[in-house]
Amino acid sequence: MSIFDILFYLFAAAIVLSAAFVSLSRNIVHAAFSLLFTFLGIAGVYVLLSADFIAVSQILIYVGGILVLIVFGVMLTNRVTNIDIRAAIRSRIPAFIICAGLLALLIAFITQAHWIRYDEEPWKKTPWGKNAVEQVTKPLQGSVREVIDQQGSQGTAAEIGKLLMSDYMLPFELLSIVLLVALIGAAMIARQEAVQKKRPLSPSLPTEVSQ
Amino acid sequence: MLSNYIPIVLMMVIAIGFGILMANLSKWLGPKRPNFQKLSTYESGMIPVGTTRERVSVKYYVVGMLFIIFDIELVFLYPWAVTFDKVGAFAIGEMFLFIVLLFIGYIYILKKGALEWD
Repeated sequence: MSIFDILFYLFAAAIVLSAAFVSLSRNIVHAAFSLLFTFLGIAGVYVLLSADFIAVSQILIYVGGILVLIVFGVMLTNRVTNIDIRAAIRSRIPAFIICAGLLALLIAFITQAHWIRYDEEPWKKTPWGKNAVEQVTKPLQGSVREVIDQQGSQGTAAEIGKLLMSDYMLPFELLSIVLLVALIGAAMIARQEAVQKKRPLSPSLPTEVSQ
Repeated sequence: MLSNYIPIVLMMVIAIGFGILMANLSKWLGPKRPNFQKLSTYESGMIPVGTTRERVSVKYYVVGMLFIIFDIELVFLYPWAVTFDKVGAFAIGEMFLFIVLLFIGYIYILKKGALEWD
């Protein structure tokens, strides 16, 4: 067992245990904090898969953003910390059937997927046409490990950056427009709340004020 | 390959260790002569009022949502920052356009009052 395997099982154990704690915990605040370790463990697995850009995105967006929103959502509501969240579990049998189907689907995908091992030569085993593979991976010889030893791993971030600056320039700029739309949407939601907050205090509705 | 991440792991270990050390150092080293005043909740010299379970304003949630959008912008700044010196002036212009478009959105939410507290 290499250090690679040990690290993988360490991260996998952290993910499974903290995810189990999220769904089994009675305290919603503890569940939210346990989700932190799930997200960090997934980032660790991404690192082991040489997907460093996705690992950074995982930490920045999920740990830095989504988790903060979840904790805010918990803190927005009063006394929610004492509620047994498991009390709300309903329709166990349909849920069981759906989850079992999902599990079967995932197992089917995992067993049928084409997995590339670190010490294999993926460019020789790909199921696509041989010529295409040779064209794409012309400079690559040997297993993944040998290629990384020869060329050194620069990480995926540099490659993604290079492609975003050249071939995928238009999607990159369109992305900022997508983010702009999200910003405007958030601003609209915030404005609606401001309008609703003012309404009960309005003098044109005396009945509500008297109550 | 994995050795690239040793500095990150080292920094995490030092950060967590430093936090635990500082939180416990005064407990281990300091003299313990408690009285009623010292044992009361510390609230910057004020007498504490109410419980710690305060409801935060829903406004925080909007700020959190806006934060995630700029967080995603940051994610795309990262691969750009790694490579912009190799691509040259074109990359700087491209990122300038990207940031300007989001800056327009920032001005918009500022004008709409989404970041105001009342």
